[in-house]
Amino acid sequence: MTLKRMLENWSDLRKQDYYEDEPYMWGMSIDLNKCIGCGSCVTACYAENNLPVVGKERYSTGHSMHWMRIERYWEEPEGEADIDIKESEYPERGAHYTPMMCQQCNHAPCEPVCPVAATYHTPDGLNAQVYNRCVGSRYCGNNCPYKVRYFNFFDFFKDLPSPLEMQLNPDVSVRSKGVMEKCTFCVQRIRSAKDAAEDEGHRDYIEDGTFQTACQQTCPTEAIVFGNLKDEQSQVKQSWVSHEVELNHFEQDKSEDVRGYRVLEELNVEPCVMYLDRVRDTEV
Amino acid sequence: MSDYSMKDIEWAKINRDVLASLESPRKEFWIVLGVCLVLVLCGVAAEAYQYNEGLGVALMDRPHFWQLYISNFVFWIGMSHSGTLLSAILLLTQADWRKPIYRFAEAMTLFSILTAAIFPVIHLGRVWNMYWVLPYPNERTIWPNFRSPLLWDAAAITTYATSSILFLYVGMIPDLAICRDNAKGWRKKLYTALSIGWMGRASEWLAFRKTYVLLACFLVPLAVSVHSIVASDFAMSIMPDWHITSFPPYFVAGALYSGCAAIITLFVLLRYVFKFEAYMTTEIMDKTAKLTFAIAMVWNYLNLSEYASIWYSNDMFEKEVLMEKFFGPYHWVVWGMLLCATVAPFAMAFKKVRHNMWAMFWLSLVLQLGMWLERFQIVSPPLASNHEPWTWAVVWPGLVQLTITVASFGWFTMLFLIFCKVFPSVSMYEVKEMVFHRRKASSRTEMEDLNKVKDEMIKQEEGLS
Repeated sequence: MTLKRMLENWSDLRKQDYYEDEPYMWGMSIDLNKCIGCGSCVTACYAENNLPVVGKERYSTGHSMHWMRIERYWEEPEGEADIDIKESEYPERGAHYTPMMCQQCNHAPCEPVCPVAATYHTPDGLNAQVYNRCVGSRYCGNNCPYKVRYFNFFDFFKDLPSPLEMQLNPDVSVRSKGVMEKCTFCVQRIRSAKDAAEDEGHRDYIEDGTFQTACQQTCPTEAIVFGNLKDEQSQVKQSWVSHEVELNHFEQDKSEDVRGYRVLEELNVEPCVMYLDRVRDTEV
Repeated sequence: MSDYSMKDIEWAKINRDVLASLESPRKEFWIVLGVCLVLVLCGVAAEAYQYNEGLGVALMDRPHFWQLYISNFVFWIGMSHSGTLLSAILLLTQADWRKPIYRFAEAMTLFSILTAAIFPVIHLGRVWNMYWVLPYPNERTIWPNFRSPLLWDAAAITTYATSSILFLYVGMIPDLAICRDNAKGWRKKLYTALSIGWMGRASEWLAFRKTYVLLACFLVPLAVSVHSIVASDFAMSIMPDWHITSFPPYFVAGALYSGCAAIITLFVLLRYVFKFEAYMTTEIMDKTAKLTFAIAMVWNYLNLSEYASIWYSNDMFEKEVLMEKFFGPYHWVVWGMLLCATVAPFAMAFKKVRHNMWAMFWLSLVLQLGMWLERFQIVSPPLASNHEPWTWAVVWPGLVQLTITVASFGWFTMLFLIFCKVFPSVSMYEVKEMVFHRRKASSRTEMEDLNKVKDEMIKQEEGLS
């Protein structure tokens, strides 16, 4: 690209929506009202994505490898109903569960800092991680505001007892030590659905609900909705629209009673996951 | 003034004294060298263990993806800066008191950069693929990511290491020729090869001077840019308390600060071990201490302005991390840094301290400790209290990291001591120049004799060509 062309098309280069013509932009919506914090999404993720079970000791030293985690927060007591909560160690109410996984940011802070470009953005809005390319500088993990990148601090699969390798998912590679990994939005399922759609002759359309991510599939309360944000008919897009959350904004301009928000969106990282705020009975 | 006592040193004595440092150091030299070797071996063992088991044995975890290795890297890169400052900047500003001490300061630059270069390598998850960071031609036409500060780092370090080797070597050529003329055995062969046929002709001196000044001009901006790039490892991220605009100048000032402190340490040690009392005078120590004091004040100013800009920015995250630094689990690191690097340098305001070699020695160690703590408090506390409260965790470096840290000091000292034993650690020709100028100031007649000799040499030279 010549300098002249760059200067002429400067506004194009500065455009936020890089992949306008792309038919897919994968997104998610998580309803915290529905989430009961059971952790089955985490278990499903372990099974689907060949995550190592590190054991109690390594979990406590912070070497766990759960791509998806249930964050539990105790809310500050508010209103009359919560007055007694302050005193007790385990308040009966007020626990707040947030399933947290890679937010597939469109302005991902992890991407520009990787020295070998092992993490990059796919045109369909995924933040991809190339395990084979990763040298393990861990800058991406530091720069992730959600801290959802997981580093293979050990060779976790080295001592896998003999028949257990049969339970590994053949569609997903097993990572070795020294490699960064994270939630992929079950990219293997996305790719096979795309392939199937192409076999049927349509390159740019997958019907909503044709496939699910592992966490979505397992959630007993259907709190997780996944789909194509470019498809106006998809459930996830409708959810985003009805809760007035839009891509390409770092501040949502919306009415009082909608619950949608994106975590840390004020950092302008453009996450693709929308959360629906939990409604407390004290607020009603 | 003790400064002018140097004029009484005879030229032959300069050669004799400096060359003696290549032959017979005190007994302590060998003891220190042995200890260093043991430390290095411990470090190699720790690294081998970490290489086999994975980085988890170093007790880094999520969110502490970076820890001591990175703070050590910044520390050593910082230390490498003052060698260039003393040598290049003081050469360009024609401050002649640099002459007896610049050679070892340059060697310090080189060896601390060699030590620094170890850290980003061993901190990689897959060390064996580290060359992927460099833009080398390959059959798959895969390029590294030019937007990443780590790539800039790799480029900056290799450039800086190459140029400081060149600067050190070029400045040493006339001295190597002196060594060659006085050496026997393997040393003779080594110095003959390295002095590349230096005869001391006027034309050679002319070319030498030009090259040396040019290199100095190149090195000064390079040194500033190298540490700015190291600063951008942090400043380019979005982490609260790393994402700070004033980091590049703050890092450069910190680098010069810890480097000057290191020069003072080595100054006292070399003076003692190699009996250089006549060359490394208290006068020079006084000037070095004043320089260190000035730089310490610049660093303090930048440090305080960093706190102020965070405080007045009213950024929720930044402010919280700052408060966590002062009152959180890492508070003693920050307070220790302020004590060692902000309060302690004021001792140098007193002439008595500046003129007492061993007081300066201990003070310089305190300053370096302060600067080391500074690097640790840049890396760790912001990671411990990041954007995501669920991941907040306090982690202290494990035994493997500490072993490698201690070993890095051993590695640096070992390289430095070997250098001092093989190469002249005081510049002979520059000291002679210094003595020459001192004499010029004191007596005219002797000068005229010397000028005659110089004129004759130039005439001879012209006749030859």
